[in-house]
Amino acid sequence: MATRLEAPRWPARLDLLQSGTGLALGLFMWVHMFFVSSILLGKDAMWTVARFFEGYYFFGRPLYWLVSMLVAVIFTLFVVHAALALRKFPASYRQYRIYREHMQGMKHEDTTLWYWQVVTGFALFFMASVHLYIMMTRPDRIGPFESADRVWSDLMWPLYLVMLFAVEFHGGIGLYRLALKWGWFAGPDALATRRKLRTFKWALTAFFLVLGIATLLAYIKIGIEHAPNYGEHYVPTFLQGSAP
Amino acid sequence: MSDTAPAPSATAAATAAGPARKLRFHVLRHDPHDPASVPHTDVFEIDEAAGMTLFIALNEIRETLDASLAFDFVCRAGICGSCGMVINGRPTLACRTLTKDLPTDIMLAPLPAFELIADLSVNTGKWMRGMSERLETWVHSLDEDVDLRRIEAPMDPDLADRIYELDRCIECGCCVAACGTARMREDFVGAASSSATTTACSVA
Repeated sequence: MATRLEAPRWPARLDLLQSGTGLALGLFMWVHMFFVSSILLGKDAMWTVARFFEGYYFFGRPLYWLVSMLVAVIFTLFVVHAALALRKFPASYRQYRIYREHMQGMKHEDTTLWYWQVVTGFALFFMASVHLYIMMTRPDRIGPFESADRVWSDLMWPLYLVMLFAVEFHGGIGLYRLALKWGWFAGPDALATRRKLRTFKWALTAFFLVLGIATLLAYIKIGIEHAPNYGEHYVPTFLQGSAP
Repeated sequence: MSDTAPAPSATAAATAAGPARKLRFHVLRHDPHDPASVPHTDVFEIDEAAGMTLFIALNEIRETLDASLAFDFVCRAGICGSCGMVINGRPTLACRTLTKDLPTDIMLAPLPAFELIADLSVNTGKWMRGMSERLETWVHSLDEDVDLRRIEAPMDPDLADRIYELDRCIECGCCVAACGTARMREDFVGAASSSATTTACSVA
């Protein structure tokens, strides 16, 4: 009797892995935004958050490699997610044209959102890689003055401004589509659930964009003021006078 | 076609609500089996009637304006899945679409992603069969010797309800035609396949 070949299951597993890495990265970006925006509470608050991730409060001194390790994990997730997401990208100009025409005909928000998720995802290949590499190799340059110098004097603010929009749109759309795909928060009325999720998604995107812009402006302001003393480390007010 | 009852007269149906709208149907026409056929758009104008669906409108066009217009209908009730077509850019069932919900200019095209038979008629059955054979969307029995006299094991009613929900797919092809990825990639299985696969897996 001939042996029948089983239908392959790996495409489903790859899809699950893409969803999983996307979920992890999307949630990380929200948490990341809260940490970065601690600058809005003051330089001391941001300094405290930065030292926390360096293990300062556990080991009594900053261990920068802890930050490098964390960034390496995020970088790995990012590369895996990008590699898996590439499977969904239009693979030729012909496919791109087909999708554009399809989108213009459908005039459906979710169809259009998928297109923008692809566009922002493509932009993040480059922008996020630059940011992640710098964070991984120079974890000692994270702090109120250090980050502000990077934003302003090292001319990273244009990249961060565009990346903020790319991340918030990409992540917001991605998490919304994950919720739809896997039936999270599904109610008895599928259309009502979709409407609620979409409203929630846009509200979150707006919130994180406002928070992100305010945070970037705060770093730019500090960066401009601190430009003459570029490279100087920040010493929190509660340690000033006690530290050498 | 000629032995079917004529569609309700548009003028008679122009009720007290006001004069009937003139509807202009821009229909993408092509017969791939005719070497002389060139894809083009024909415009048909008819008067709108009360409660008119696209099924009624297309039949009126075929009976009064162009007997060669090809399109599929069977049940007229959204059950058979034959009348899926692209209506103003979106794939949907023509028999479930009321003209009053559409503007006066209505663009009709066959569902993409399927083999074109002619005009608005496509071969969804061929696609569905190909998908089903590829994904083996049937109940796979591991038991070599099935005892047909054995009493079936009872099924949990909730599971039966969930399977029934998936099994309600009428295979009209609208979800495949509405899927950008299925449009870009011919080998993409689409949503109808998920439904078929899940049904088979749930039953198994």
